[in-house]
Amino acid sequence: MTNTLLETPEAEVAPTPITKIAIVVSKGSLEGIYPALIMANGARMEGIEAHVFFTFFGMDAITKSRMEHIEVATVGNPGLHLPTLLGALPGMGKLVTHRMQAEMAKLDIPPIPEFIQLLADSGAHLYACKASVDMFHLKREDFVDDLEAVLTVGEFYELAAGGQIIFT
Amino acid sequence: MTATMIENTLAERGIVVDKEGFLQQPEQWTPALGEELAASVGITMGPRHWEVVNYMRNTFLESGSAPTIRTLGAKSGVPVKELYTLFPKGPAKLAAKIGGIPKPKGCI
Repeated sequence: MTNTLLETPEAEVAPTPITKIAIVVSKGSLEGIYPALIMANGARMEGIEAHVFFTFFGMDAITKSRMEHIEVATVGNPGLHLPTLLGALPGMGKLVTHRMQAEMAKLDIPPIPEFIQLLADSGAHLYACKASVDMFHLKREDFVDDLEAVLTVGEFYELAAGGQIIFT
Repeated sequence: MTATMIENTLAERGIVVDKEGFLQQPEQWTPALGEELAASVGITMGPRHWEVVNYMRNTFLESGSAPTIRTLGAKSGVPVKELYTLFPKGPAKLAAKIGGIPKPKGCI
């Protein structure tokens, strides 16, 4: 005799599509920032509503004076497979960054300033974290013009309601 | 005509599509089919829509792959902001579907 309790077939229901995401960008290295930008752009390309919240060193990606100088972390970065003493040599950060940017250019991935502009033009919403802005003594004018607002964490959570939060 | 309805009629007419409705054999496409595909995704085609779709299709036919959103915005004659006004749910994806080419692979 079959045990119908254990063998209840599951209805074949397609999973609910994602319609909204909120991405937190908390790191300031090249490899810390790009995944967030790729995910935000990928979301927009699927028609998914995207909110991007830059905090701590992640704010470098939207700070006019810093966004062109973002580098790969070459020290204390085991994923890079570069010995610490080599990574600490003067100029190594710039060299590795330059090589990585060249590889990304081959794939038509833009440099960070252009990528941020692409995100804004694609309708992604860009925000800076108020606590970090205060801590680093920054002002609204220090950020890209497309910055929508400086938000508190509570405001971020309100904004993210009903969507998925991605922390990077 | 909804997306699923059009996939059924396409199958009846011998047009090969994947499960999302992207043509797998671009040579089966005609502009009239493009209009039908556009209607199935809620887009009314205007001249600017056609500029984007033609650029996507021609780039695919020439190079074997669809352009990235970056190139689409830079080279199609239609900037990124306008791309998203014309195709709110994803310009690269929709222009590819309407233009009768396979879904773009790639993360940008």
